[in-house]
Amino acid sequence: MDYHWNWAILWAPSPDGNGTYFDMLMDGLKWTIATSVCAWLVALVFGSLVGVARTLPFKWLARLGDAYVELFRNIPLLVQLFLWFFVIPEMLPHDWGTFVKQLRYGPFLTAVVGIGFYMSSRVAMQVSAGINTLPRGQRMAGTAIGLTTAQTYRYILLPMAYRIMLPPLTSEFLNTIKNSSVALTIGLMELTGSARAMQEFSFQVFEAFTAATVIYLLLNAVVTIGMRMLERRVSVPGFNAGK
Amino acid sequence: MSVFSDFDFNIIARSLPYLFREGMTFTLTLTAIATIGGVLLGTLIAMARLSSLPVLPALAASYVNVMRALPLVLVIFLFYFLMPYIGQWILQADRPIQVGALSSTIITFTLFEAAYFSEIMRAGIQSIPRGQVAAGYAIGLTYSQMMRYVVLPQAFRNMLPVIFTQMIVLFQDTSLVYVLSITDFLGAASKVGQRDGRLTEMYLFAAAVYFIISLTASMLVKRLQARIAIAR
Repeated sequence: MDYHWNWAILWAPSPDGNGTYFDMLMDGLKWTIATSVCAWLVALVFGSLVGVARTLPFKWLARLGDAYVELFRNIPLLVQLFLWFFVIPEMLPHDWGTFVKQLRYGPFLTAVVGIGFYMSSRVAMQVSAGINTLPRGQRMAGTAIGLTTAQTYRYILLPMAYRIMLPPLTSEFLNTIKNSSVALTIGLMELTGSARAMQEFSFQVFEAFTAATVIYLLLNAVVTIGMRMLERRVSVPGFNAGK
Repeated sequence: MSVFSDFDFNIIARSLPYLFREGMTFTLTLTAIATIGGVLLGTLIAMARLSSLPVLPALAASYVNVMRALPLVLVIFLFYFLMPYIGQWILQADRPIQVGALSSTIITFTLFEAAYFSEIMRAGIQSIPRGQVAAGYAIGLTYSQMMRYVVLPQAFRNMLPVIFTQMIVLFQDTSLVYVLSITDFLGAASKVGQRDGRLTEMYLFAAAVYFIISLTASMLVKRLQARIAIAR
């Protein structure tokens, strides 16, 4: 391969005027982290609500939860982002649509909502699976000692279910980080987008993408290690249902 | 409903031949070839990972872990630019060779999905009781005969529903070739929408088509799963 390697390009000033190409990638990393964390919060909140709804003893609610999961799971993320970004503002009343289109952080907010709802369907599946793996006796025991359904979930089912779910939820969070790269299609300058821009400005294709690759691997390692520590912190002695 | 009053259904009807003959054909071709290639390569990687040879398992594991830590969009870009140089190196050409969009994406998706399929096949191989392997060796089979006739057919069969589920994910992921301006199904819808200023209609229609295909496929997988579960 006669490719002209030039790693010093990382320290050369980038044409966007905000420092070097390395700074540009770091800005991208910040957007990746911000988008992933915010989208993850959306996914956790809505995923938990829908996931719990699917395990409640109301048939129609479980059906509604299933429909929610199927809707967000069976449309590609990229298409969902385009719907949120291009289509939804057109469907709103005119003034609202204009307001949404002029939002300063439009791509960021769209990515948070789009990726958040997309991931929420996956979180919902994990939450219902986590609750369903608990022994049925636990729910009955809750009822037997006079707890309401809400109390049974709050004090008995959910604390154990979330501990069981931690490993799969970790990989869903890692998926959220990876999925945030899809937002470059609606103009969010996250890590992959920054690497792409660096490649276009500097013509140093492989330095740009290799640097981004290394940053993604590091981010991945940090999240994995952090979540393992959390798992150990919250584990209940003698109860290793998660193992 | 003021929104739908100027909704142009005609544009969808008029662009149907283009959307399906050009776009959907590309999407389905890519999905099919990448699935077959990914399962084959993934099986080899899984076998490498479970082998008792030195170095090979570690190599296979690093490949899988690195691929699974990277976003597909990044890998699509990286391989798109990398492939002309690899082609030059393989063919010992003077200059980086040109690689077409279809072959580039087929290679990218095969290599990327192989990492995911290898995890599925690894689980499948490990689901076969060790006694069968020992029995295979005991009746004098070689490693490859034992894999070919005893382990892999059962592993593949047990994992069939998971492989199909991954295939549905792959089908949806092919829409990401949009970043290379390739005319897959979404790319075709996007081009028509941009040309005629009808993005709303085209994106809603694309979403509906993806939804119907993926939902139908996942319902079929559920039925398959039930049948396999009874047979075992």
